[in-house]
Amino acid sequence: MPNPKHSQLYAFSILVRKEIADHIRSWKFIILLAIIGLTCVASLYTALSALKNTAPAPNDPDAAFFFLKIFTTSDGTMPSFHLFVGFLGPLLGICLGFDAVNAEFNGRTLGRILSQPIHRDYFLNAKFIGALSVIASLFVALILFTVGAATLLVGFPPSWAECNRLMLFTLLTVVYIAFWLNLSILFSVRFRHTATSALVAIAIWLFFTVFYPIILNIVAKSLQPNTYASEAEIMQYQHAMLTLMRFAPSQLYSDGTNMLLMPSIRSLGPLHMEQLQGAIPSPLPLWESIKVAWSQMVALIACTIICFAASYYFFMRKEIRCP
Amino acid sequence: MEGDKMTEPIIRVRQLTKKYGDFTAVNDLNLEIAQGEVFGLLGPNGAGKSTTILMLLGLSEPTAGEITVCGIDPVRSPLAVKRLVGYLPDNIGFYEHWTALENLLLTAQLNGLSRTAGRKRAFALLAKVGLQDVAEKKVGKFSRGMRQRLGLADSLIKEPKVLILDEPTLGLDPMGVKDFTALILQLSREEKLTVLLSSHQLYQVQQICDRVGLFIQGKLVADGPIQDLAARLFQDEKRYIQLQVDPADTERTHQILTRMEAIDTVEQNGDRFQIHTDKTPVQQLLKLLVEQAINIVQLQQRSYGIEDIYTHYFEGGTRHA
Repeated sequence: MPNPKHSQLYAFSILVRKEIADHIRSWKFIILLAIIGLTCVASLYTALSALKNTAPAPNDPDAAFFFLKIFTTSDGTMPSFHLFVGFLGPLLGICLGFDAVNAEFNGRTLGRILSQPIHRDYFLNAKFIGALSVIASLFVALILFTVGAATLLVGFPPSWAECNRLMLFTLLTVVYIAFWLNLSILFSVRFRHTATSALVAIAIWLFFTVFYPIILNIVAKSLQPNTYASEAEIMQYQHAMLTLMRFAPSQLYSDGTNMLLMPSIRSLGPLHMEQLQGAIPSPLPLWESIKVAWSQMVALIACTIICFAASYYFFMRKEIRCP
Repeated sequence: MEGDKMTEPIIRVRQLTKKYGDFTAVNDLNLEIAQGEVFGLLGPNGAGKSTTILMLLGLSEPTAGEITVCGIDPVRSPLAVKRLVGYLPDNIGFYEHWTALENLLLTAQLNGLSRTAGRKRAFALLAKVGLQDVAEKKVGKFSRGMRQRLGLADSLIKEPKVLILDEPTLGLDPMGVKDFTALILQLSREEKLTVLLSSHQLYQVQQICDRVGLFIQGKLVADGPIQDLAARLFQDEKRYIQLQVDPADTERTHQILTRMEAIDTVEQNGDRFQIHTDKTPVQQLLKLLVEQAINIVQLQQRSYGIEDIYTHYFEGGTRHA
């Protein structure tokens, strides 16, 4: 061992490599990969065929962003790409993280790895980095594949603006899935049984995708101002509902992707008539779009970091003594 | 205690205490292990052996006390200690769907060996523990004994100075235990290792330990070579000679024994005699009996040994002396 610093980095890269190898060899990942791959390809195919047959309307401000439309359009038979990712992405994250620590603990391999000369946090960091790089390469490949196929099909390349937006969209998707990954890693540190951690993570996912909208509907009914309510009251109600909705991570993600993929959107909340007056129906520059959904994106990143910090804290204090 | 051997201890533990809430797992432990020694940490389940081992490795923090392993404090620099100490936990875990070689290679690489160097070393060690034929087989298909052998190879891959084995013989059949302890002894002599092994199976490890420490309820009751240990623990107890003769000779034997002055008391039970004496050597008694043409079935000098340690501390669990 020539240089301890160097050998530490080497050991960390070995751990990350082991994680990646484990993921891509595991059946659960292969099955989910197949599901995500097939649904995404199908939704992209329907989007492409829908776009091929309908010429953009002359007053459509998004007409110049053909490559962005691929990810948001659908012909009605299938949800669009970004909705699919919003729905299945969490499952992928949970699948990669729910047994990260407790499976190794129960298999007694945790003690063996930690009795090697590596820092204790390397283990957890490698779990995170390994899964994250699998997710990132998966989505980068999927989006590049789509853009490439579309370029071949239509015969012109994407513009710089589109490339930048797609890059940020990929980044946002990875962050969103990383949030679910970290949440499930947190549960895998806290719960001893893999089944418990998987079920808890899936329960939270189900709660936010199925039950949370139902609860919001009930709340909305009770809060709904009557038809003769003042404009201020209606605005207040709308803002309150939007705030409640944004407690769901999927809402944060869909706000962010909508802003990135539909450059003509100017606000995610309600707008006054006078705010719209005199506005030219043109797309926003990238930076302006980002500013609209800035708080949502920051919230998503913050949630991801909080989950990771919590799992880090619990992992460092965990007794590694075997059951 | 053994002054000259203790000049340069490789493991030194002073007033080590570990508490889990109200429960004291290790209580004021003092221990010194010299270089090249095979030390057995013996004690019943739950005596705090594994906890002590985890603290030696820096995997668990002591509540109080000092540890040095090879002159390094594992609390302050666990990495340096882990580089020098090979650890085989009880029931070691391997990645079941990986081959034996891949499992060893991971450990080798985590210790900073390159892929090629790691492979070479892994193959060499697999040959040493007798698993060279199954190097490419998945560990999931291994038997208990094979896993322990693989575990030994795994803990030796970093070329450690100290080898710590936690219940290495647990779950092995008698033949397996014999092979495995022989292997440990052979490897430790070849690689000039200091070995610390913990066990609750006194009989199985006594043959290979130079010295043992008896660990009961978090406290080290005694330490030293195992025969001395018994003598020291039971020094107040009297020795006795057990004699069994041909049933036809019992009457005569009784007469001879009662005539001998050196004998304190004789207890008779059919053809068996229990002779309490501090002075008469067993040879003298034997000579006398043979001269009188008594048919001896069995003659045994009973001294307190490990069996008595075992019954006193492991089975009964009562504190003695």
